[in-house]
Amino acid sequence: MSEHEHHEKENFFTKYVFSLDHKMISKQFLITGMIMGVIAMGMSALFRIQLANPGESSSILSTFLGRWAEGGVMSPDIYLSLVTIHGTIMVFFVLTGGLSGTFANLLLPLQVGARDMASGFMNMLSYWFFFASCVVMIISLFVQSGPAGAGWTIYPPLSAVPQAMSGSGLGMTLWLVSMALFIVSSLLGGLNYIVTVLNLRTEGMSMTRLPLTVWALLVTAILGVLSFPVLLSAALLLIFDRSFGTSFFLSDILVQGEVLSHAGGNPILFQHLFWFLGHPEVYIVLLPALGLTSEIIATNSRKPIFGYRAMIGSILAIAFLSFIVWGHHMFITGMNPFLGSVFVFTTLLIAIPSAIKVFNYIATLWRGNLQFTPAMLFSIALVSTFITGGLTGLILGDSALDINVHDTYFVVAHFHIVMGLSAIFGMLAGVYHWFPKMYGRLMNLKLGYAHFWGTFICAYGTFFPMHFLGMAGLPRRYYSNTAFPMFDNLLDINEVVSFFAIAGALFQVIFFFNFFYSIFRGPISSQNPWKSTTLEWTTPVERIHGNWPGDIPSVHRWAYDYSKPGMDEDFVPQIVPLKDGEEEHH
Amino acid sequence: MIKVLFVLVIVVFLAQIVRVFEISSKIKNTKNEVSDSSNNINGIFLLISGIGLLVFFFWQRAEWMDQTLQISASEHGPIIDALWDTTMGLIIVVFLLLTPLLFGVAFYFRGRENRKASYITHNNKLEFFWTAIPAVILLALISYGLNVWGKIVNQDTSDAMVIEVYAKQFGWTARYSGLDNTLGAANVRFVGGTNELGVITENTKDKQIKDLEDKINKLENDLITISSAGKRKLIQQRIEKLQKKKNTLLTYFITTPKENLIAGEDDIVVKELHLPVGKKVLFKFRSQDVIHSAYLPHFRVQMNCVPGTTTQFAFTPTITTKDMKKELDNDAFEYVLLCNKICGNAHYNMQMKVVVETEEEYSNWLSNQTDKKIINL
Repeated sequence: MSEHEHHEKENFFTKYVFSLDHKMISKQFLITGMIMGVIAMGMSALFRIQLANPGESSSILSTFLGRWAEGGVMSPDIYLSLVTIHGTIMVFFVLTGGLSGTFANLLLPLQVGARDMASGFMNMLSYWFFFASCVVMIISLFVQSGPAGAGWTIYPPLSAVPQAMSGSGLGMTLWLVSMALFIVSSLLGGLNYIVTVLNLRTEGMSMTRLPLTVWALLVTAILGVLSFPVLLSAALLLIFDRSFGTSFFLSDILVQGEVLSHAGGNPILFQHLFWFLGHPEVYIVLLPALGLTSEIIATNSRKPIFGYRAMIGSILAIAFLSFIVWGHHMFITGMNPFLGSVFVFTTLLIAIPSAIKVFNYIATLWRGNLQFTPAMLFSIALVSTFITGGLTGLILGDSALDINVHDTYFVVAHFHIVMGLSAIFGMLAGVYHWFPKMYGRLMNLKLGYAHFWGTFICAYGTFFPMHFLGMAGLPRRYYSNTAFPMFDNLLDINEVVSFFAIAGALFQVIFFFNFFYSIFRGPISSQNPWKSTTLEWTTPVERIHGNWPGDIPSVHRWAYDYSKPGMDEDFVPQIVPLKDGEEEHH
Repeated sequence: MIKVLFVLVIVVFLAQIVRVFEISSKIKNTKNEVSDSSNNINGIFLLISGIGLLVFFFWQRAEWMDQTLQISASEHGPIIDALWDTTMGLIIVVFLLLTPLLFGVAFYFRGRENRKASYITHNNKLEFFWTAIPAVILLALISYGLNVWGKIVNQDTSDAMVIEVYAKQFGWTARYSGLDNTLGAANVRFVGGTNELGVITENTKDKQIKDLEDKINKLENDLITISSAGKRKLIQQRIEKLQKKKNTLLTYFITTPKENLIAGEDDIVVKELHLPVGKKVLFKFRSQDVIHSAYLPHFRVQMNCVPGTTTQFAFTPTITTKDMKKELDNDAFEYVLLCNKICGNAHYNMQMKVVVETEEEYSNWLSNQTDKKIINL
């Protein structure tokens, strides 16, 4: 133990830039993720302006897009690039890097009782690869031929053939380079998280005493380590097809009057590889949010999480199933219909563990003493969006129904609610809840409430009406829906959506202000402001390198002894030994 | 400059609001901490927002439901729609049960200073039920769904009319298979001139090869007069390419079964889809450049068009365009085939008109298309 306690003297660079401390790296991930989030959200505001006022001139568009919006009218090319980069940044940089990176780094060592990650150096590399991939992605926004524009799923041949669209030029190359760097970052981080949880748990911290946050982040890391390499291989093969004349994904193509020399490849192969990552990715995004909110809901209900073992079981079941459902993105690619049937079966099964989680959340609230902190409100909102968005999965996962709503706004509504909103609500809940652990100060409560209510209302206002657009048959990724008379009367729905989307983006100003203001001016936090049981709140407010000044405390009970009868306080920290005759919950 | 100022003003404004909060809470001697009154207010807000969510849901249904697709115009449409209604009904019931439950529970158990939460860790019986019930419902839903799926994909297509739907950036072309109901051989490598789909037939063979040879001869003649090395190289490269194309074409003629080469002769290539009502059609999809998706929402039909392979979808239209106009009371109504897979900058405008008409009108239309026969191109 003792050699861990001596740390080298830190200077500015080792403390703030090339830091090996997991808490600093966590903040680096968070702030980078927030900056990327602002960029991606700004992009959505821009394309929502176009969708609500198709073809109309706007000075906002010409200010931000320059030559891509001559006379203030957005060009179709940049529209596709905006939706592509919006999706890429949100899924990978905000909800994977920003969410897992922040909270796995912050919470894993603190909640399992470790001085730091298993490898601080790998952890630092993980952040700097992430940073590099962000930089490359941002550079790709400024190249002559425009950023990647083939959708965030970058299906070839569209993404492979530069003649097919302007976004498939240098922008696409940079996209692939950025993604390769991102995957390296994610693998370095993921391996580290797994090893930390399995090897560095403190005395007494058995797997069944782990907080659900740790379980969720552990399973997320395993998912990432198993699935991201497949995307890496897909990206490498695509780079080969693009630059070195191979034909993994390309065959018999005539574009711009020229027959390409590719032969014998199959573009559907790319989709199999992509979605083999792509579907687990949904849970890589969602599980950490579910883990964080399990913790927050239990703490602020002053009650144990209901069905702790069932929660672990459903996390594992979801993770396992997530690897054998990828084909539900491909029902109408001409894939063998029998294979489609298999994927329908596995896909709809996911509803069972998901339902268990929802019921357990509600049962945890039941007969609690709910403390409505902003973190708690965001967690309740997550349960709501998880219900609303998850239910429409029953439609999209059913191949026969998917025929008519595949790739329409119905899909956009579904995944934004179940994955986008749930994950972002989980992330915001996490920031509000663990801000005192990061900065030793509290965020302003009233601004937190204002932010929550604005965000919650605008979120539903933005994404709920999209179901109706989808049921009317409106395809996603349409630059405008003016080319079809059958979509003419959908404009008013689009206006409602755009109004809430832009208002929702503006509400985030409150959050950013509150966040940065509180770092410097927020009231000083006490050691355990939420009266929580888990280990991270036994560390001093000063946030020292090595986490605990003396020995690492040992653990004597599970993480959810809230309101246990016969105890003085309504919470018993994990470090408190069992009383004589007290039964430990299993 | 004004924008920067605007942002600054917002920041200062928010900073002042926080100061006001801080000072007022100091005066009232409350901390930046959750209190009974904030629990009350937020609990009530949660209750209102739960009700609000339901009101919003019903309002949207009332306002926008008539803008969604209502009637399906194909034989398998009603089967899909019945599955849709069942699933959607179930979803709505669960949504209407769980949303009030969640927000109601959150409101009811809002924190109070003197309230004590119950120490409930699990309940095996309850958990068994809420695992088993969804499992049973889902298994029923899965078997219903697979049954419908089977009906759609396992249709008997032996007597179906075969039509090719051909996609390229950014338009659709249709090829009717003619009297033999068989599409002739085709490959995008042989697209050129009036032969938009690269159809090759026994009859066009000589002409296609002659065209290539003419081009090669012309370039070779040019070579005699040109002395610049750079230009010569370019032309030689072009000749090589054409030679290669000619060889591919010849191989293609040798390897393709003769009947496939003949089958193309009576194929008809058109820019508008006409379908006889009540007759099963088998669409064969091909793409020449990137992946497109042929989406016919009114017929509940969608299938990707993948370069390098052929995909297919069979269905039977049941309502003519005329009847649909009457049904919807909209004279301007037309069926449409649209692209539903991102395919480039004009993706949003890639469409083809679809006309469903009586058998008689259909044969009239078809007999007027003889000039679009491959053999007449």
